[in-house]
Amino acid sequence: MDETADYPLELTGEDVPMVRFLNVTKRYGPLTVLDKLNLDVAEGEMVSVIGPSGSGKTTVLRMLMTLETINGGVIYVDGKPLTHMPKGGRLVPADPRYLRRMRANIGMCFQHFNLFPHMTALQNCMEGPVQVLGLPKAEARARSEELLEMVGMIDKKDQHPSRLSGGQQQRVAIARALAMRPKVMLFDEVTSALDPEVIGEVTNVIRKLVAEFKLTMLMVTHQMGFARDISDRVCFFYAGRIEEQGPPDALFGNPQRERTQQFLSAVKDAG
Amino acid sequence: MSLWHFLQTFGPRLLDGTLVTVEQFFLAAVVAVAIAVAAGLMKLSRNLALKGVAVIYIEIFRGTSLLVQLYWIFFVLPLFGITLPKFAAGFMAVGMNLGAYGAELVRGAIQAVPRGQWEAAYALSMSPARRMRRIILPQALLIMLPPWGNLLIELLKGTALVALISVTDLMFQSKQINASTYLSAQSFGAALVIYYILARFLLTPAMRWLETTLRRRQERS
Amino acid sequence: MGFHWRWDFTWQILPRLLDATLNTLAAAGIGYGIALVLGLVFALAQRTPYRMLTVSVREAVEFVRSTPLVLQIFFFFYVGPQMGLRLSPWVSGMIAIGLHYASYLSEVYRGGLEAVPKGQWEAATALNLSTRDTYARIIIPQALPPALAGMGNYLVGIFKDTPMLSVIGVAELMHTANSIGSENYRYLEPYTLVGLIFLLISLPTAGLIRLFECWVRRKLGMR
Repeated sequence: MDETADYPLELTGEDVPMVRFLNVTKRYGPLTVLDKLNLDVAEGEMVSVIGPSGSGKTTVLRMLMTLETINGGVIYVDGKPLTHMPKGGRLVPADPRYLRRMRANIGMCFQHFNLFPHMTALQNCMEGPVQVLGLPKAEARARSEELLEMVGMIDKKDQHPSRLSGGQQQRVAIARALAMRPKVMLFDEVTSALDPEVIGEVTNVIRKLVAEFKLTMLMVTHQMGFARDISDRVCFFYAGRIEEQGPPDALFGNPQRERTQQFLSAVKDAG
Repeated sequence: MSLWHFLQTFGPRLLDGTLVTVEQFFLAAVVAVAIAVAAGLMKLSRNLALKGVAVIYIEIFRGTSLLVQLYWIFFVLPLFGITLPKFAAGFMAVGMNLGAYGAELVRGAIQAVPRGQWEAAYALSMSPARRMRRIILPQALLIMLPPWGNLLIELLKGTALVALISVTDLMFQSKQINASTYLSAQSFGAALVIYYILARFLLTPAMRWLETTLRRRQERS
Repeated sequence: MGFHWRWDFTWQILPRLLDATLNTLAAAGIGYGIALVLGLVFALAQRTPYRMLTVSVREAVEFVRSTPLVLQIFFFFYVGPQMGLRLSPWVSGMIAIGLHYASYLSEVYRGGLEAVPKGQWEAATALNLSTRDTYARIIIPQALPPALAGMGNYLVGIFKDTPMLSVIGVAELMHTANSIGSENYRYLEPYTLVGLIFLLISLPTAGLIRLFECWVRRKLGMR
């Protein structure tokens, strides 16, 4: 009855992608947000997702973070199914325990940071490592301080989020997500809620991540210049499907599809 | 005794009690609204004497129990030469108590009317009384109507205490029936259900109706 | 009788009333303890995915909230024996008042929980926190400050509602004042003193609760 039952239990072979969306469908009631999406992200690859609002791009990240359930298809992470689990030689929808184990591979940064307001920057970063990974406090602290240092927030480590600017909060949020040592990092419009003058401090941190870490990253963004600079590949979403994808220079420099051209010129006019 | 038989036998008495409860409710509500408006406005007044009276009234009635106030009014007030019959003592006590809570709602709602409205009325050089009546109170009324809905439910529940000074309300009747039949679950259960119906299916919808009607009328004119 | 305050009578009855005050405080404390825990159970039950459970708890809370406490006190006191179970005035009184205030507090908790932004739940999921840790470490600490005002009001509220326990013979303040009144045919002093005692306890308590609220907010780093 469930079509996903016959999907592979595990991805094997030479080039197993870090993330694979296989015929993934997402519906909200009668509205189909994503229609049989197929998308691979290789290990260490930085993929940017662009497109008009309502095109389903944020949903892609939220499904990967298991914040949304899916209505069809399977998502694989590091070769293993994420949304489903093997049982009796077939795939069945994942139970909460399985989901929790698989979710450990993924970290996410949000548009509105979502820092915990009752904890300091350092406590925010230590929360996951101590409570979830079970690290000793000293080790979690060392790890968190190192990451806060990297995002340039070490001198604010004892401040609560309410005392930090948007850009500073977002940098702490990045450190917090990295402290869990995820294999895949998701950035959901991380600069959209920021004042223009502080966007740079966040994009610089992401640039640094791309340069220094071998992390797989998926980023939804409205900043075309930034996406063009740092991505290995850019996907243009339109009406729940990938309309066009390719290396940034090709997609931005010489878009093939009419909708891509329209979108890019509209964005250029607005900016 | 089956529930049906119980209701056949004691239904009329419960109904009599319900009528008394409804009377107590309406009279207490009138007292509460009048006191709430008066004390709420007085508390906002710049006149320190008026303000002081309101604050003392509100703190005394909110700081002590309704039951204590009821007994005091019924048993002690006569010593001061003010003797109220039990029926009047009942709704007066309930109304005076809930009026103190209502005063805070009135004050809060008036203060919640946006500053710009006060200034606009001032710019039209309206007299303070006129400004309050024509501009501020109508808007405050809409703001405080939802919390008044909750307060009136508390008031309805409060009227059950008048049974303790022998006003023959619903609570009183159910107690009497219980004393003569020992059918406690039925007598108290039936009364609980009637209170619930009054609160949830009459009072709450009525307040909601009042709110939409007032809103519509204010938006039309 | 007439109106003249008798100080000798006042001093004579004051120790008895102060003794009863301890019972009143105990009743309020125990009832509030029951309400705090039971209210949380009601609030969390309404957040489970089981529709039957959430709807029935919701309706039960609504029922208890909309009906008079004094009637509920009678109900619990008299229904027990009818079912062959004799409950002492204290036990049935504590059940009634605890249950009544649990229904209020569950609404306070619910409001507090709903005030926590959705993003906080999502961040907790993204950090892979367990449901228990998410509630205990992320959600409840944030739901608490906005709930504190309501929780404090109901603490004072339950204290002021304890006189209703006198109707089934719990020897708290009101009951004691009634006894003194009927023994001596004097109501002026006992009832007035009871009012004063309530005032002297509830007003400072309300003030202390405000201070406590500020302290918790500061402690949790919010404002």
